[in-house]
Amino acid sequence: MASIFVVSAERFIPLFPRLACQGVLLGCHPCFRLNMFSKGTKRKFSDGDEEISDESLVGARVASSYSLQRQSLLDMSLIKLQLCHMLVEPNLCRSVLIANTVRQIQEEMTHDGSWHMVAEAFCSAGQSPSERLVATEVLCRSREQDAEPKLFSVISYEGCREEEVVADETLCSVSVSDTVSNVCLAGRIGQCWEKSELSGVERDEEALEDSRLGSGEDEEIDTKDRASTESPKTIGQVFGTFEIKNGSPGPDSALEELFSDVDTSYYDLDTMLTGMQSAPKMGPYDILDSLAPSHSSPSIVSTPNCRSDLNELDHIMEIIVGS
Amino acid sequence: MGEDGESPKINHSFLRDYVTEADVISTVEFNQTGDLLATGDKGGRVVIFQRETESKGESEELGESGEYNVYSTFQSHEPDFDYLKSLEIEEKINKIRWLPQQNAAHFLLSTNDKTIKLWKVSERDKRPEGYNLKDEEGRIKDISTVTSLRVPVLKPTDLMVEVRPRRIFANGHTYHVNSISVNSDGETYLSADDLRVNMWHLDITDRSFNIVDIKPANMEDLTEVITAAEFHPQHCHLFVYSSSKGTLRLCDMRESALCDKHSKIFEEPEDPGNRSFFSEIISSVSDVKFSHSGRYLLTRDYLTVKVWDLNMEKGPVETYQVHEYLRSKLCSLYENDCIFDKFECVWNSTDSVIMTGAYNSFFRMFDRETGRGVTLEAWRESSKPRAVLRTRRVYTGGRRRRGDVGVDSLDFTKKILHMAWHPAENIIAIAATNNLYIFQDRVNAENL
Repeated sequence: MASIFVVSAERFIPLFPRLACQGVLLGCHPCFRLNMFSKGTKRKFSDGDEEISDESLVGARVASSYSLQRQSLLDMSLIKLQLCHMLVEPNLCRSVLIANTVRQIQEEMTHDGSWHMVAEAFCSAGQSPSERLVATEVLCRSREQDAEPKLFSVISYEGCREEEVVADETLCSVSVSDTVSNVCLAGRIGQCWEKSELSGVERDEEALEDSRLGSGEDEEIDTKDRASTESPKTIGQVFGTFEIKNGSPGPDSALEELFSDVDTSYYDLDTMLTGMQSAPKMGPYDILDSLAPSHSSPSIVSTPNCRSDLNELDHIMEIIVGS
Repeated sequence: MGEDGESPKINHSFLRDYVTEADVISTVEFNQTGDLLATGDKGGRVVIFQRETESKGESEELGESGEYNVYSTFQSHEPDFDYLKSLEIEEKINKIRWLPQQNAAHFLLSTNDKTIKLWKVSERDKRPEGYNLKDEEGRIKDISTVTSLRVPVLKPTDLMVEVRPRRIFANGHTYHVNSISVNSDGETYLSADDLRVNMWHLDITDRSFNIVDIKPANMEDLTEVITAAEFHPQHCHLFVYSSSKGTLRLCDMRESALCDKHSKIFEEPEDPGNRSFFSEIISSVSDVKFSHSGRYLLTRDYLTVKVWDLNMEKGPVETYQVHEYLRSKLCSLYENDCIFDKFECVWNSTDSVIMTGAYNSFFRMFDRETGRGVTLEAWRESSKPRAVLRTRRVYTGGRRRRGDVGVDSLDFTKKILHMAWHPAENIIAIAATNNLYIFQDRVNAENL
């Protein structure tokens, strides 16, 4: 069945070069490594195609062709969800349809029990099955455990594209609170029938740290690619993206707007460097509180860098309060 | 209309030929009389064509009609930037709808993803001449040179078409506007985006009524979006909207202010035999149109067009296969995103023929009385003025005839998404990427 993909992909005239590239990649083998989607490695990846396809044929013999097809459909769909043309807002209808397809496949795989099997292969050993199913759930459920993740991510990763922001949100919140499911997520998306997968997962973890710290990196493309490929845009995040962008107007939005311009990335750095990783995440209100003249909060480290911005924020605060 | 050899003699003229992305036509619409044809493109421009009236004095054959020439061109929408979300707002014109004509001027609504604009198109063919204080070029005259007074008179001048924006309906939509529809009451219109339908008054730009809202409390629960919406042609309280799950909902605005609860829901139960992972995607309705009579609905999903009777909700009364041969290619079409293409569909003036687009510059017409369909091609190479449009066939098995096109040879970049049918005559306007084709049905006297 894998060979059929090759033929079909070649016949269709590609609309966008990027998709055509995908088509060829997917055509050569249904599995691929998302952590290689950074700027310089695409060519390298296509060179490595031939070697990998042999391995995948071995894998194909193991799985039934239907499962293989279903798996590549799942992978294709997840890539589609991630690769949005982020200059313009992505097409919501298309995203919803792809997300529904992904859900459908996951449901079927869960019923089959093959979801269980796949998750087991790539999550670290010793996990209970319920935790792995939780990993599936994370894809679909709302992120109630994070009270203000969206707001927080908007203000702490200013300067990144929305895509990165959302991906970082997962990384940021998950890596702080829930490393297990983080690994599961990264592992699940990078899943492949190859032996090198586990090292791929480790690479993911390193890159997680990198993208958290590296929000100020010059090579936007690198961080973007790495961030977007390290962890999948979960369904929640895809629509979460829309949620962030299209938040209903209310008293929050004024603050959001205000703080979206503030580069608070170094607050994050601060907490990281001072080893306060377990500090509770702050929403805009927290920052507000900590900056109000009548309030002194220990959680903001008053380094010289912060002070000028504190003054600015003070100023903004005065305007809001309408003194 | 049969498949072979009996296609009506068709005269066609094609009017535009560009190669840039901005010139890709994104919408086509005739006005209520059919004398004006508006097209919108990806660059935010609107081009209006006007039908030339036959010169008087020549004997006219029955069905002889004038050609469409460019009447006016204007920039409707500019590219915009949403600073809050750091995203561009495309200037592509998604839809154009004409208002019924009430005076000498013409009005049309054009919309991009976010903003709807009302444009007034008026003609000026006279100008005042003979001012006392200004000379012919408009310069102020030296008052000492004025020796007598005269009354300025209106002199005919070259026709000038003026297009001015009269209303700008902004900030009504968070999501991308996909449809606009003018109400039969002549005062209101609706605009629909992915999750909401708003109703506006044509004179009021700073507020609109939200009449449908399907946004879930939690965006992660979102599984269905609105794909198209239209007002009933006669009943000003009825409108329909279609969804990505293949359902149509007819809403009655008399029932409640917020029409989240439908009056009628039209959906066809899924065929268990044809079920695949793509079933939902191909059932998504890309366009919905009321018939001129108001009795029927026409919908387009990826592989079929369906006619629904408003009185029967349990399924369509007619289903026509547009390109069933693509069913086995759905995975590839999903891969290259073609499966998300949104084709439009149109009725003819008497609701007896329906038409929709396909790939490879093909479009399909179905005669509702005989149930038969024909495939035609909008392609410059084979189109000479006044040539007969020949029917095409996609080879799907059996005896292969000369001229048949194989499924694997279809060009999926040449898609006919947008089209319009003249409200009274058999004239169709087909947008093929950046070309506009206008075909006229020329019926000779002896064929009547």
